[in-house]
Amino acid sequence: MKTLLDWADQRTGYKKLLHETLFENVPGGARWRYVWGSTLVFCFTVQVITGLFLWLAYSPSSQTAWESVYYIQHEMWGGWFLRGLHHFTAQAMTVLLVIHLMQVVIDGAYKAPREINFWSGVVLLLLTLGLSLTGYLLPWDQKGFWATKVATNIAAITPFVGPELQKIVVGGVDYGHHTLTRFFALHAGVIPGAIIAFIVAHVYLFRKHGLTPKEPRRRPDAAFWPDQVLRDAVACLAVLVVVVFLVVRHHGAELGAPADPSEQFSAARPEWYFLFLFELLKYFPGGTEVWGAIVLPGLLMAVLAAMPFVGNWKLGHRFNVGFLWVMLAGVGLLTWRAVKADRGNPDYAAAVAAAERDAARAIALARSPAGIPPTGAVTLLRTDALTQGPKLFAKACASCHRYDGHDGLGVQPKDKITASDLKGFATRAWLAGLLDPAKVDSPHYFGGTKQRAGKMVKFVKEDVAAYDAEAKAELPKALAALSAEARLKSQRDLDQRDTALLAAGAKALAGAKLGCMDCHKFHDDGEALGTAPDLTGYGSREWLINFIGNPAHERFYGKRNDRMPAFGEEKQLTPEEIGLVADWLRGEWFEPALK
Amino acid sequence: METPRNAPSAPPDAAVAPDRREFLTKAAAVAIGGAVAVAAPIAGMCVLLDPLRRKSEVNASVLVATLAALPEGEPKKFPVLATKVDAWNRTPNVPVGAVYLQRLKDNKVRALNVVCPHAGCFVDFRAAQGHYHCPCHDSSFSLDGKILDPKSPSPRPLDELPVEVRGDGQIWVTFQNFRAGVHEKIPV
Repeated sequence: MKTLLDWADQRTGYKKLLHETLFENVPGGARWRYVWGSTLVFCFTVQVITGLFLWLAYSPSSQTAWESVYYIQHEMWGGWFLRGLHHFTAQAMTVLLVIHLMQVVIDGAYKAPREINFWSGVVLLLLTLGLSLTGYLLPWDQKGFWATKVATNIAAITPFVGPELQKIVVGGVDYGHHTLTRFFALHAGVIPGAIIAFIVAHVYLFRKHGLTPKEPRRRPDAAFWPDQVLRDAVACLAVLVVVVFLVVRHHGAELGAPADPSEQFSAARPEWYFLFLFELLKYFPGGTEVWGAIVLPGLLMAVLAAMPFVGNWKLGHRFNVGFLWVMLAGVGLLTWRAVKADRGNPDYAAAVAAAERDAARAIALARSPAGIPPTGAVTLLRTDALTQGPKLFAKACASCHRYDGHDGLGVQPKDKITASDLKGFATRAWLAGLLDPAKVDSPHYFGGTKQRAGKMVKFVKEDVAAYDAEAKAELPKALAALSAEARLKSQRDLDQRDTALLAAGAKALAGAKLGCMDCHKFHDDGEALGTAPDLTGYGSREWLINFIGNPAHERFYGKRNDRMPAFGEEKQLTPEEIGLVADWLRGEWFEPALK
Repeated sequence: METPRNAPSAPPDAAVAPDRREFLTKAAAVAIGGAVAVAAPIAGMCVLLDPLRRKSEVNASVLVATLAALPEGEPKKFPVLATKVDAWNRTPNVPVGAVYLQRLKDNKVRALNVVCPHAGCFVDFRAAQGHYHCPCHDSSFSLDGKILDPKSPSPRPLDELPVEVRGDGQIWVTFQNFRAGVHEKIPV
C-alpha cells in the first residue's frame, strides 16, 4: 500500500498538496466563526451532486419539464428527497452567503491586500443568486412561470438594450422550449462553471493571504487539521440536519400546477430571499421601475464593491459594517412588509388556496390510469370537470343560478338568485324538493323565474298537495325512477340496489295517477314534446348538454323558456365547455382511488 | 468535506493537546465529515437506480394488418402501433416496433419481430435470395426465422410472436421485445 502511494506521490506530488491543505496555519487556533466559508463549499458540493442526479431525470421543454419534475417528485425512488435536498440546500446557501459576508466585513477580511478576494466573493454571491433565479423556472409550474416572467420583464426595462436582452434570455418573443433550454444551460452549466472558477480563485487567494484572525487571539496558532476541520464538519452537519428536517417536513419541494399562460396566478411570489426586491417595486410608480429594479440594487452593489477602499479611511471600517447592517435591516424590513401585506390579504390567501388545490388536482390526474397526454400536463386541468366546472359556472351561470348558495367557487355573486340552485341537480333529494308544495316556488327552485307563475308550480302547489294517500306513496318511487334516468355517479350504488323500486317508480311516473304525463313525455308515454321538458333521460349527460345548448328547444322549455341563453347555439360556450359544466354538475370527474 | 483517513500526523509543535484528545478530535472530524459527504450521493443513487424498479408492460395483442393486405408468399413488414408508456406519458396508437408477417396456407400467419436477436439491428427481407439478412453483422435467417448460415453471429433464430387471425381476416399480434445477445428468448 505504501509503495503504491509513494508511486502516486512521485508522479503527482499529492502528499505536499494534502499537507498544505491540512496544515494551513490558523492564527489564534480554531474558532467557530471561521466555519462559514467551508459550509458554503459544502452546500455548493451538495448542489452539484444533487443537481447532476436531478439532471439524469429532468427534461427541459414546455411539454416535459413539469412532467419530468412530477415524475421525480412522485414516482421515482427517493426523488422527493433528492429534489428537496437540492431545493432547501439552495436556500441554506443564500443564508450562509449573507452570514459569510457579514463575518468577512466585521472581521475586516476585505481590506488590503485581500480586495480581489473580497470582490470574487461578491461575484460568487451574485452568481449564486443567479442560480436561484434560473432554477426557480425549471419545474415549469405556475409559481415559477409567473414569478420568472416578472424577472425577465424587469430585464426588458434595462436602458438601451432591454428588449433585446429579454429576447435573448427568453429565447424568443415568448416563454417556451427555448426559455427552458436556456435557463437550464445557465443553471446547470454556465453559472456553476463560473462559480467553480471563482471558488478556485477565492480559495487560492484566501490561502495566499491567510486567514484574517479575529483579535484578540485567544490561543496559540494551530493547524487546520484536526481542530478546525472538526468545527467545519460539525457546522456542515448542522446545516445538513436543518436542511433534512425541512425536506422531510415538506416532503421534498413544492410543485405547483403546470404552467398555464391563460390561467390567473395571483399567488405569484419570488423565492423568499427575493421578496424585498418584489416589495421594493411597489414603491416605484409606473415608468420609474428601472430605479427600483436596476439602479438602486446596482448602487448598493457598487457600495459593497467599494468597501475595500472605503475601509482604508479612518472611519471607513465602521461605515462599512454600519452600511451592511443598515442594508440588512432594509432588506429585512421590506421582506417583513411583503409578508405582512400578504398575511393580511384575503385575496392572496384565496389565491394560495386555489393554487394548492390546482397543484394537488394536477398531480392526482397525472397519477390517474390515463396518465399525462403527450400534449403535456397543462391539458389535465384544462379538461378536468372538477377544475373547470366551477369556473365556468361562476362565469356563465352564477348571475342567475347558484351552486349550494354560492357561485361554484365559494363566492357570493352580487346579483340575487333568480334561478334554481343546481347543487345535487337531478338527485332524488333535489327532485323531492322540486315536487314539494312548500319549496317549488322558493328561490331554490322556480321562485326567481317566470315559471313561478307557470303550470308546474301551480300543479305542485295544488295537485300534488292534494294527492291521496296512494299517490303520495307513489311519488317518491316515481322520483327515484326519474332520478335514475340521470345515471348519476353519486347514486350508482343506490340505483343498482333499488331495481324493483325503480321499475315500480317508472310505472308510476308513466301512469295517470300522478299526472306527470299530462304535460311531460317519458319514453313512450305522455304528451308529445313541446309542452314541458322531456323526462326521458332527464339529467343525463346528453340531456343536460343539449339543455344548456338550447333550453328553448321544444324538447325542453320551448316557448316557455325564461331568460336562459342558448349557450351552445349562441356559441356563448364551446361544446367542450358545456361538457365540462354538465360533468361537474353531475359530479362526473376522476377520483383517485383511496389507498 | 471529505477528510482523508491516512493523513500524516501533525507536526510536533502543533501537538500541544494530549494524544488521546487529539485522536478523538481526528476520529470525530473524519466520522462527521464522512457522514455529511455521503448524504447527497446516497439520495442521488436512489434516483439513479430507479429504472431497476420498472417492469415492461406486456402489451395486449394489437391489430396489425388484415389478410387482404397480405397475399400468400413473401413476408411483408408492418408497423406495430400500441399504447406506449414512457415514464410519465401514456400515449395510445404510437409505433412500438415492427413485425414481418408472412401468410401461410389455410389463412395462417407467421409473425417475426424485425429486431435481430444478435445486437438489435433492424433486419431486411431480401426478396431476391428469399431470406432475412441483418445489415449490421450479416446474420441471415430463413423465412421461418431459423438461422440460415451456421456462421451467423446471431445466438438464436428471429423472435416469433403469437399471432391470431380473427373473424373477417384481422391479424392480431401480441408484440414483445426480447433480450439481445443470448440463446434464450427472454422478454425485456
